[in-house]
Amino acid sequence: MYRYDEYDATLVRERIGEFRDQIERRLDGRLSEDEFKPLRLMNGVYLQLHAYMLRVAIPYGTLNSAQVRTLARIARHYDRGYGHFTTRTNIQFNWPALTDVPAILEELAAVEMHAIQTSGNCIRNTTADPYSGAAADEIEDGRPWAEIIRQWSSLHPEFTFLPRKFKIAVNGAAEDRAGLRVHDIGLQIVRDALGQTGFEVWVGGGQGRTPRLAVKTRDFLEPRDLLSYLTAVLRVYNQHGRRDNMYKARIKILVEALGAEAFIAEVEEEFEAIRDSELRLPDAEIARIRSFFGTPSIHNPAPLPEAGEPGFRHWLKRNRRAHRVDGLSSIVISLKPIGGTPGDATDEQLDIIADLTARYGLDEIRVTPEQNLLLPHVHNEDLHPLWLALKSAGLATPNAGLATDIVSCPGMDYCSLATARSIPIAQAIAKRLEVAGLSEAAGDVTIKVDGCINACGHHHVANIGVLGLDKRGEEYYQITLGGAFGKDAAIGGIVGKGLAGDDVPDAIARILETYLQLRRGSETFIDTLRRTGADAFKEAIYVAQ
Amino acid sequence: MKAITANRLTDGRVIYRTAQGQWSTRFQDAQPLDDYAAETVLAQAGRESGIAVGPYLIELGEHAPAGQKWRREGIRIDGPTSGTIRLIEPANHDRAA
Repeated sequence: MYRYDEYDATLVRERIGEFRDQIERRLDGRLSEDEFKPLRLMNGVYLQLHAYMLRVAIPYGTLNSAQVRTLARIARHYDRGYGHFTTRTNIQFNWPALTDVPAILEELAAVEMHAIQTSGNCIRNTTADPYSGAAADEIEDGRPWAEIIRQWSSLHPEFTFLPRKFKIAVNGAAEDRAGLRVHDIGLQIVRDALGQTGFEVWVGGGQGRTPRLAVKTRDFLEPRDLLSYLTAVLRVYNQHGRRDNMYKARIKILVEALGAEAFIAEVEEEFEAIRDSELRLPDAEIARIRSFFGTPSIHNPAPLPEAGEPGFRHWLKRNRRAHRVDGLSSIVISLKPIGGTPGDATDEQLDIIADLTARYGLDEIRVTPEQNLLLPHVHNEDLHPLWLALKSAGLATPNAGLATDIVSCPGMDYCSLATARSIPIAQAIAKRLEVAGLSEAAGDVTIKVDGCINACGHHHVANIGVLGLDKRGEEYYQITLGGAFGKDAAIGGIVGKGLAGDDVPDAIARILETYLQLRRGSETFIDTLRRTGADAFKEAIYVAQ
Repeated sequence: MKAITANRLTDGRVIYRTAQGQWSTRFQDAQPLDDYAAETVLAQAGRESGIAVGPYLIELGEHAPAGQKWRREGIRIDGPTSGTIRLIEPANHDRAA
């Protein structure tokens, strides 16, 4: 893992002092709320329905055990005993007092964490494939590049007041597990004909009220030119992005308005002008950052254990992923207990997770865009004791990638922007599917629930999306079908009129039952849907309407 | 009738304006106000920057909106409807795979 140098540590320490002073001035009246709001947002502090919410950055979703233990302590001492992991691989605390925020930030800084740029119209936390450094299909580890982007974008003076927020993702594997095509910039590591690695660049993707898939702006970008090219894209956006209408301010709207060809031409012109400037990355610096990251090597690799107990066998089947190193496995820790709040973990669970990360995970754990945790490097001989420990903590739900592995935004239970509740809908769907045995029967399928069109829960790119809206004062839920997050990214289509919340679980169940009737051979849900079209499922959804 | 609600500056908690011109975390303590008085008291509350953030009016009683706006206020009064992470144990965890 990357370790802070003196610049990182100083920057974070100074920022805490600055924000502490701003909080004091707000509390004693020297700052009005209008003056204070943009300052607190730049430090990750929102004001939600019931309390302040603090969003803590988890750079490219990577944590060590000391950091997880600190998150547990914050949940216990400053919150109500839990934290919520998000689709952008950060963690949110829903109940901190404003007066406690400086102390919380001090605790975070002690383990090299912060909340800078987790809100506001700036470059947000860069995300990456959670399996980086472990994936069997990896071309190159994306984490060093995410770290270089983090250092470049942190408090970048030119890009602190963009037209809107800006999200970058890096993926180094053949499969896209970072959602590149729904980011403002997506960087896919590829090899050229000579075997050299570089970046395929995608720009202008995003979800929200105007979902768009990114367009490819470069087939191959030399690694040394990464920051020059990112700067060129940001400059074109900063100059032409609409500041007069927040609903049209994201780069996806600019790319569409200019047209991809014209947008690319502007970026290339700027890129050529700055390509050989101080932004060119020195080989030594790339090597230095790379030295913090690696893939473990082991001697005497052990085979997978005999999966005697049915529960252990089932968990291995669903929650284990192949590792690039013989003798190691990657393990998904599901934060989707049936009927639980997707992405939540209690302080006690976080403490246990910290212990297990240190004991079995080579002191490294990741947060996934599916709101789960991932131990990327687990020795095969440790899988059984790990399972036993997770099971006793309620963390061994064997449903990674299944229909009950539901992603959900906080919705109206917490969020001041929401138009409907989402968590209770997700809970009800999971219970319904589990009781009917449909989750296991249907296999790999993604279900994502949102409580408003901002789509923090990524319903647009779910195989089955659920969007909560308000219609004449009543919550209702639109169902979308056909969305996808990865290499075959797609925006789901609305299938028909909205449903009452109580009707959603049965409708989802009928969708999966229809799939089981229609599928051929080993087709997954999305395969069948693409073959048959959404109309084949429409009758099932509205059968009782 | 209307009442005034806001979030408390120090910790963000939901608060209501009382008849004594104070703020309470209890909805039962909220002062019912007719339309004219509500606007006057809201303006006063807006000038007091030390305790409440973003005060606004909510409808009470039979005039309360039936849908989203009131549902949102109901959640603010009672807290999240979703609990935190408590769960049911799936029946098939230990069955043969």
